[in-house]
Amino acid sequence: MIEQDSIPLPQTQVPQTVVAEFVEDPAAVEPAAAPPSVIRNFLQAKSSGRVADGGFAGLMVLCALSIFVIVLLIIWVLVANSKLSIHAFGWKFFASQVWDPVSGDFGALPFIWGTVVSSLLAVAMAVPLALCVAIFLLEICPQFLRGPISFLTELLAAIPSVVYGLWGVFVLVPIMRDNVGPVLEKYLGWTGLFVEPNFGVGMFTASVILAIMIFPVISSISRDVMRVVPVSQREAALALGATRWEMIRISVLRNARIGIVGSVILGLGRALGETMAVTMVIGNHPDIVKNLFAPAYTLASVIANEFTEATGDLYLSALIEIGLALFLVTIVVNAIARILVWAVTRGDTARTA
Amino acid sequence: MPALPVRSANHEWLLKARRNFSNHLVTALSILSTIVVLVPLIAVLGYLIYKGASSLNWAFFTRVPVPVGETGGGMANSIVGSGIILAIASLMGIPVGIGAGVYLAEYGAGTWFGEGVRFTADVLNGVPSIVMGIAGYALIVANQKHFSALAGGVALAIMMVPTVARTTEEMLRTVPHAVREAAFGLGIAKWRTVLSISLRTAMPGIITGCMLAFARVAGETAPLLFTAFGNQFWSTNVNQPIAALPLQIYVYALSPYDEWHRLAWAGALVLIAMIMVSVTLVRIFASRGAIKGGHH
Repeated sequence: MIEQDSIPLPQTQVPQTVVAEFVEDPAAVEPAAAPPSVIRNFLQAKSSGRVADGGFAGLMVLCALSIFVIVLLIIWVLVANSKLSIHAFGWKFFASQVWDPVSGDFGALPFIWGTVVSSLLAVAMAVPLALCVAIFLLEICPQFLRGPISFLTELLAAIPSVVYGLWGVFVLVPIMRDNVGPVLEKYLGWTGLFVEPNFGVGMFTASVILAIMIFPVISSISRDVMRVVPVSQREAALALGATRWEMIRISVLRNARIGIVGSVILGLGRALGETMAVTMVIGNHPDIVKNLFAPAYTLASVIANEFTEATGDLYLSALIEIGLALFLVTIVVNAIARILVWAVTRGDTARTA
Repeated sequence: MPALPVRSANHEWLLKARRNFSNHLVTALSILSTIVVLVPLIAVLGYLIYKGASSLNWAFFTRVPVPVGETGGGMANSIVGSGIILAIASLMGIPVGIGAGVYLAEYGAGTWFGEGVRFTADVLNGVPSIVMGIAGYALIVANQKHFSALAGGVALAIMMVPTVARTTEEMLRTVPHAVREAAFGLGIAKWRTVLSISLRTAMPGIITGCMLAFARVAGETAPLLFTAFGNQFWSTNVNQPIAALPLQIYVYALSPYDEWHRLAWAGALVLIAMIMVSVTLVRIFASRGAIKGGHH
């Protein structure tokens, strides 16, 4: 059977494929077809039917819809559970410095301060390094080193937050206390930013850990963005006699700048929500002070620390409102970053995960 | 011919020297930063192996935690607990994620709905994991009135969906259109084409994506704090609080006991080994992938 069917195919091949290629309805092809093959009959029998096709498409749409549903569900759940606190404090919640579970008075300003300052410091530390590494890997690095080094920098992203925290508590904190702290105090103490006593745990140590954690995000995405700059741009700069750095500056960085800003904002978004490692090394004390050696507290770490101990509905509701604020802020920050990255990489299938 | 400003040889030389200098400076800086960046990686991994390996023993894998003061004890319940939570998360998150990815690549490409879903998935990817913990708490724990492995699994599943969806979509996009058209040409229905042709071709890449998503949530602690909650005892009941490796590391790291610190390092080494093995496998898998370089 099979042999008989497959032999005549070559003679009729040319006209048939042209017809069959874009005709979805199998019945329409039928009359023109040569003796139908067994395989084709089998597949038609199994796969024809609008019901299966529609059902499958519907299922896929449902899966896609679930992503919207998840976001809406999170918003709804957070709003519903923080109503108590929203009604009790209103906008003052974000301007008040008091955090007093005993008397039931809650304000989130110290946590906002801690989150914003530690994240910005981390970004300030990570961005120059990340851009240098991206440039190195893309423009300078010899081919044989490129794979291993980019793999190693990506490994940094694979280390879980809690392991960074563990390392931070037992390795980084003592180094910050005994080695880095005194040096910073000696040379930069006059700024008022680095004043003893330094216990090792505090805003500065948290920023260093955060910088290590967000570095791979900024580096890999800015690399993706730089990669889509056309080679012709580079060649044009080089042909005009530019040195390598001038070429990087004129054609790569200038063309990719919007996407690079996007990658930095993406890193910022990561830093804003980072929980475990920060909670373990920041000292967890809700104070607004200029001294970076002093302990601080962030939005994410107050939730992690106090959620299961929250006594009373108002306390819990205040913590959930902090979660809501964190959620909305990171959504906005990420949306902006994605739009910027997309503006550069659109049309290219650059990985943005 | 208009007169050009005459530059002295000296001026020319200075300019050239300056350009060369900045060129070399940037090269040196970027090499230096690459080395600087690799230091914490080596420091973290080195410490883990140094501290963790000396604490790893048979009891670590076979025994449950013992009360403070007693030596010995292990994290057997945490390893099993993590496995259960991750199984729940994968069972829920991966099929939905793949489905969403299939929609984005095969049905919704170019439509505003598809673009919206893709954008939302990307944004959801950046939402802090602790928020997922609160969502899991409010959705399940608050209703059931007790912590449970199920709630932890749901929180992690929510985190897996956008990652799996986006990688599935990207992998499906690397399947050449001619392959699909060939299937349609044979009169095969679309659903069948997607299942047997597109998904089949992109399978190595999709498995890679799923393993990456798995590795990412395997180390998550924040979403489990008030969902799975942790458990000092042996439990495999999905409706009860359950131990998890990252949670146990967190609790032990912040405890004041040297014995527990030792166990925290050992736990971290086991956790990272699991994650590194899967990431490295993915790397090998991906570089061998049949669909590499098959854009459009």
